[in-house]
Amino acid sequence: MANESPVVGKQAGIADRLPLQWLGVAPFLIFATLFLLLPTMKIVIGAFQTPDGGFTLQNIADLFTPSILSAYWISIKISFASALLGCLIGFAIAAAVVLGGLPSGIRAPLLTFSGVASNFAGVPLAFAFLATLGPVGFVTVFLRTQIGIDLRSLGFNILSFWGLTITYLFFQIPLMILIITPAIDGLKREWKEAASILGATNVQYWRLVAFPILLPSLLGTMALLFANAFGAVATAIALTGSSLNIVPILLFAQIRGDVLGNPNLGYALAFGMIFVTGIANALYIWLRARSERWLK
Amino acid sequence: MKKIWAWGALLFGLLYFALPLIGMTNFSLKMRRGEYSFDAYAKVLADTRFQETFTYSVTMALVTIVFGILLVVPTAYWVRLRMPTLRPFIEFITLLPLVIPAIVIVFGYIRLYNTSSWLPLTGSIMGTNILLMFGYATLSLPYMYRAVDTGLQSIDVRTLTEAAQSLGASWGRILFRIILPNVLISVLSGAFLTFAIVIGEFTMAALLNRPAFGPYMQLLGANRAYEPAALAVIAFGITWGCLGLIQLVSRFQKTTQRPA
Repeated sequence: MANESPVVGKQAGIADRLPLQWLGVAPFLIFATLFLLLPTMKIVIGAFQTPDGGFTLQNIADLFTPSILSAYWISIKISFASALLGCLIGFAIAAAVVLGGLPSGIRAPLLTFSGVASNFAGVPLAFAFLATLGPVGFVTVFLRTQIGIDLRSLGFNILSFWGLTITYLFFQIPLMILIITPAIDGLKREWKEAASILGATNVQYWRLVAFPILLPSLLGTMALLFANAFGAVATAIALTGSSLNIVPILLFAQIRGDVLGNPNLGYALAFGMIFVTGIANALYIWLRARSERWLK
Repeated sequence: MKKIWAWGALLFGLLYFALPLIGMTNFSLKMRRGEYSFDAYAKVLADTRFQETFTYSVTMALVTIVFGILLVVPTAYWVRLRMPTLRPFIEFITLLPLVIPAIVIVFGYIRLYNTSSWLPLTGSIMGTNILLMFGYATLSLPYMYRAVDTGLQSIDVRTLTEAAQSLGASWGRILFRIILPNVLISVLSGAFLTFAIVIGEFTMAALLNRPAFGPYMQLLGANRAYEPAALAVIAFGITWGCLGLIQLVSRFQKTTQRPA
């Protein structure tokens, strides 16, 4: 691929080949710089600036006030809980379909549905859950009138930590199914046979062979799900208004009306979000590279 | 024993995913006391704000798709043909919108392109529309680039280009008469996904103050009871439709192109 073909090479000419080549990717690079890289850099740099442009660490230090810290903490907890549960449930469903001996006709519709559901985030998702688990929701009313369980008196509220986590699971589980199914497919039949010839029980095979091989994929996908939930704004706002103090909602309010009274603190808040999702994604990429060693 | 486990996991999943969909559909039909009716839908569809915001979002989606195709297809083609060493780098850039939350990107836009900046895009309505379109193109970049690049992989870009060149075709002709038709199916699946993303997008449109469908849904959700559920059903139908079309065209692809 490195050698130029004669026809294509002649067209460009020998002398101006190098710079002219870059013209082909110039529009994309300009677009990416203006509308992806520069805006992000503006935020990152702004996080370390005073309002008149000097360098400061004060904005970052200001993040460590109780209200902002608690917003980050709740966000991280919700993202972690929904990532962990999404991972477990998604894995169970994917494993059930791939390895559980279910009819093979289930697989294709399940993956299609996962494709749809993992994109069904945002405002409509919040409405769907309000209509289901909200105060007059379908399930709430059914449980109260038919079975006699009052969710509210049990302390459940859709506008809460668990409410949001359960709602996020609606796009987390399908995403997990989409990503982990190929990894489970990659478990070779020979490994299982080899293990059982050596006298391993099913549990031993899973504990000593399959699970260690899948572990990087599982952890990596979990990091991805975490970042996915951490950046979700629309679902949270449509569901809770601004009653729940999580980072995306706080940042949204800040951009809308400068509620913190200091635009550079807003930058720092946004920088914190990039920082958290960045770490999660770096983890994902690293673990994915590790898992590909086995699951090729 | 294993089967019971598997069925259990599957049933749990089915129940979890079916209930909210049933709940939302059920709720959307209950506007009239004591009986099921399509009143909420009628009310939503007759609302001029619905028509305006929906038209706005559909227009934005179509413009974004055209822009995305013009941006991504030549780039992916050129990188495959002439600058393969650049591929990992370009791919990394296209994946960045998955890492950087949309709310952060739009925050950067507002600060970078406000009325007192060197490129005051938010100063006029047209400018803001264009900025929002760029934002949508950025959000759909990971999906669009992936789709197009996969499509290019399944055709022989180099031979097609050389054949066209030796017959005297210009670069524009090569791109739009030869390459694009060959990867049209992949481009379409990227386009449908872009459509689904743009139609429901909330954050960017709300923060740039544009009358899009997403913010309208949110506003209605804060003020009404039954209409939001009807809107959610409609939105789910649109997402489902787009993804269904992707399935359809990708099945079509297998018969028209040689396997990768």
